[in-house]
Amino acid sequence: MTYLTKLSAAALSELLVSKQVSAVEATRAHLDHITAVDTDLHAFLHVAGDAALDAAAKIDARRAAGEVLNSLAGVPIAIKDVLATQDMPTTAGSKILEGWVPPYDATVVAHLRAAGLILLGKTNMDEFAMGSSTEHSAYGVTRNPWDRDRIPGGSGGGSAAAVASFQAPLALGSDTGGSIRQPAAVTGSVGVKPTYGGVSRYGAIALASSLDQVGPVSRTVYDAALLHDVIGGHDPLDSTSLTDSWPSMAAAAQAGLTDGALKGVRVGVIKELAGDGFQAGVTQRFTETLALLVAAGAEITEVSAPNFEYAVAAYYLILPAEASSNLARFDSVRFGIRVNPASGSLTSEHVMSATREAGFGDEVKRRIILGTYALSAGYYDAYYGSAQKVRTLIQRDFAAAFSQVDVLVSPSAPTTAFKFGEKLADPMAMYINDVTTIPANLAGVPGMSIPIGLAPEDGLPVGLQIMAPAKADARLYTVGAAIEQLLEARWGHTMLSQAPALTPTEMFASKEGAV
Amino acid sequence: MSEITAEQVAHLAYLARIDLSPLEITSLTRDLGQIVDSIAKVSEVATADTPATSHPMPLTNVFRDDVVVPSLTVEQALSGAPDRAGDKFRVPAILDEE
Amino acid sequence: MPNAEMKNRAELMDFDTALELFEPVLGFEVHVELNTKTKMFCGCANEFGSGANTNTCPTCLGLPGGLPQVNKKAIESSIRLGLALGCEIAEHSRFARKNYFYPDTAKNFQTSQYDDPICHDGSITIELESGRLVTVEIERAHMEDDAGKLTHMGGATGRIQGADYSLVDYNRGGVPLVEIVTQMIEGAEHDAPEIGKTYVAAIREIAKALGVSNARMEEGNVRCDANVSLRPRGSNVLGTRTETKNVNSLRSVERAVRYEIQRQATVLAGGGTITQETRHWHEDTGITSAGRPKSDADDYRYFPEPDLLPMAPSREWVEELRLTLPEPPAARRKRLQAAWGFANLEFQDVVNSDLLDAVEATVAAGASAQAARKWWTGEIARLANAAGVAADSLVTPAQLAALIELVEAGTLTDRLARQVLEGVIAGEGTPAEVVDSRGLAVVSDDGALIGAIDAALLGQPDVLAKIRDGKVQAAGAVIGAVMKAMRGQADAARVRELVLERAQAIE
Ligand SMILES: [Zn+2]
Repeated sequence: MTYLTKLSAAALSELLVSKQVSAVEATRAHLDHITAVDTDLHAFLHVAGDAALDAAAKIDARRAAGEVLNSLAGVPIAIKDVLATQDMPTTAGSKILEGWVPPYDATVVAHLRAAGLILLGKTNMDEFAMGSSTEHSAYGVTRNPWDRDRIPGGSGGGSAAAVASFQAPLALGSDTGGSIRQPAAVTGSVGVKPTYGGVSRYGAIALASSLDQVGPVSRTVYDAALLHDVIGGHDPLDSTSLTDSWPSMAAAAQAGLTDGALKGVRVGVIKELAGDGFQAGVTQRFTETLALLVAAGAEITEVSAPNFEYAVAAYYLILPAEASSNLARFDSVRFGIRVNPASGSLTSEHVMSATREAGFGDEVKRRIILGTYALSAGYYDAYYGSAQKVRTLIQRDFAAAFSQVDVLVSPSAPTTAFKFGEKLADPMAMYINDVTTIPANLAGVPGMSIPIGLAPEDGLPVGLQIMAPAKADARLYTVGAAIEQLLEARWGHTMLSQAPALTPTEMFASKEGAV
Repeated sequence: MSEITAEQVAHLAYLARIDLSPLEITSLTRDLGQIVDSIAKVSEVATADTPATSHPMPLTNVFRDDVVVPSLTVEQALSGAPDRAGDKFRVPAILDEE
Repeated sequence: MPNAEMKNRAELMDFDTALELFEPVLGFEVHVELNTKTKMFCGCANEFGSGANTNTCPTCLGLPGGLPQVNKKAIESSIRLGLALGCEIAEHSRFARKNYFYPDTAKNFQTSQYDDPICHDGSITIELESGRLVTVEIERAHMEDDAGKLTHMGGATGRIQGADYSLVDYNRGGVPLVEIVTQMIEGAEHDAPEIGKTYVAAIREIAKALGVSNARMEEGNVRCDANVSLRPRGSNVLGTRTETKNVNSLRSVERAVRYEIQRQATVLAGGGTITQETRHWHEDTGITSAGRPKSDADDYRYFPEPDLLPMAPSREWVEELRLTLPEPPAARRKRLQAAWGFANLEFQDVVNSDLLDAVEATVAAGASAQAARKWWTGEIARLANAAGVAADSLVTPAQLAALIELVEAGTLTDRLARQVLEGVIAGEGTPAEVVDSRGLAVVSDDGALIGAIDAALLGQPDVLAKIRDGKVQAAGAVIGAVMKAMRGQADAARVRELVLERAQAIE
């Protein structure tokens, strides 16, 4: 049944709906594959196992009884560990939450269950989603399926690696400054950050409330659209949730497959997100993709976003500030671990401080201290206040750009996957890596990353980022699906079909460079 | 522009209730200095007449009706507690013994 | 130099001397707990006295992933309270996080308001017992959520000092509060303690009249922090202020303000300095003690709450809410006292017993104001007091009005009416029904009385003779016998009339 893991969610759904394959078979195939490959990759922090099979059996029973279910019912999915799940531990990659099982489901998780998707388990991530490499997980790194010495991106490296290594056709991620899009880019998968407010944040452990957004991770644009349709929409429990009624993203993706879908589409290339600091192979694949767009009838315009230069700086003030407050609740009182101080009196304050010292990793501490600094008396105006003004300027840059074009494009990340440890010593080098993805979060606009080929110099995936105006998420799916179709037609295959095989036996062979 | 001192970092760590080791204070003082130097440039463009944006979407007046919804059960509420006594969360003494 | 901490009140400078040397400057922060059905930011019930941690959810328990949703009714109540305090209602308002760690604060920040409070710039005028009118300027009234409740265990006193550990119940966590902050009150002089008491009483009364709070100080629905500083006579430099926390009865407000004036005067006159700090009021000993000094540690790092959106109450909404405001309590009191013609003491008695509403409703149901007052503050208050319940929980104004009507119609004497009241309280029905079922009506049928009177007169011929001779006072013996025969259910005045009549008439 290993072929089942190679299928897209849409293809698997067809087999499930037509009862050629049962949800139990599909789930078991994925669990078996996880057992085979994940010891090495470590995409999962928790695998649901029997619980997933039980859920699958229930779907099979309902379908057998003639119930009409959501088309994704029975399709397995992996959940980023930042989302509360009431039957699985939820740690956000942090030791401070080790073993915590929430008494409730995040709204998006509840949507998945209601639609009958099978929750395979929880995926690894940088602690509290702080990072671009998944090296900051308290539970060890996740390896990139394309090269196990390299990072799978972050913070959602686990979800991206799980999908890219066929351990799940779908996954959920969360994107605060690129945590869905950048891992997608470096693993050759698809990731979407919806419009801020398009998907509920209730039950997503908050990093930076005004930037966080939950979104789909998949291997195809259409699969992402199907998942987006399940998780999107208004949630009264999230005050920042939009009340708009949304068009079907799946229909929008289908529209991208029709002839001439790109004809007359105005595509803006952001001047500031190219050139210096971008790896040659990334720039090459990006330029080739632009040529493909022109050939398909799109109009390419260069647009300028002068304030993007300040985006990383503003982001690294707003995020730590909000995070320092959001993470204050980890205090050893109501949930999580409790650690007593090695010396001194056992007061509440000392126990809290000792717990937070022991429970948080270096990057989390770094950002909490930075955020505490940015908000403290005497610094607020210069730092947090100014950063919020930069946010206005970036929104204005987007508004000006979208008055000229329908979508904006850039490479999803300046480089392909880097090696473990390469940027750990220099926090700023790691932060700069998010330069391409951060502006969308600051402005709240939707962004998507799709694979556009391998960089010639290292053979690693390169991603294209597509951005649309706020609430125009559907446009991403149309354009994304169209480009995906053009590229696959040119290659004659999907990109992930070229990833090194990951069977346990070949695993060692590939280390020798045999693949 | 920034001159982050170890005393400052120690004070921030107190505000944030993280019992940093002396070694961590040293390394964070250095990190923070570097980071603050590179992010301080936000004040270059943030002019007085630029409004601040705190939320990406300009919504206002998002309210909920005053209608009771079921709470967690007591067992659910206390399920993650590191320590409890009966139906309450138990925490160490608030004050140092005098 | 005297110690800034007085061990007992004996060391204190007396109040008059303190006032000779210093001018007190006051300020108050009053927290009013709103009586919405649900909490400020989640749908958990806002109720007092439920089992520990039964009214909690991921949001008010501060669980990872919990998010707040603003209770519209709480906003409405805050706006109405602001309007009643003469405040402007902000066109743009927002919530802010106040960051500090404490085990009763689930998120380790309080969701409050900082630079854009919902209400600002109001004032109320209070009347002191002397008749002096004092206008208290309100700086702002903002919304915030309450903390959970800590119980300190293991110590001898149940206090935080000396406790071995503490227990937390988050039921109260997230309950909506409005914090009303005054401007500095200058010129209070000797009236300072009374101004404190009267101001808090006025806030409490307004909140109650609006129906936005249960306004019971003993349940912590209204809590007062009192700021006091002293300025030496002839100086225009403000002194350092202290903030005495959670002064939870009107009498305590008065005492705490007086105490702080005396304490600070004692310290300053002795050459000491006042520390800017929070202080705690001790009801039992009548003193305040030092709490935490204000310092750098109070860097609350306020910033706009990113999980909640700004509010822009429309002017139409505000005007709609303004139309729902009741008559201001002070104006209402003036109007009712005039309408009822009560003497000051009589009226104060009604107000102090919290029976204004009851008397007003009873009058509206047809009773005379004096009768209503007499019953509510007399017999009913006595019974309520004995039962340990509120007077207006015993009978309804309509029942009392019906009872009063029976008395005034002569159907019941006062004594009988008291028995009927007991029956009504015991749930035996309306006053008329109790009269029937207990057979308590005054016998007003002259025929029945005449029979009894004739029998009594004939039974005591010597008395009859005396009455016939014009010795009218002898009639008392006969009246007594008749009342006894009627088991008290007769109008004694009518009996007397008839006795004199029959003494001449009978053979
Ligand atoms: Zn709640």
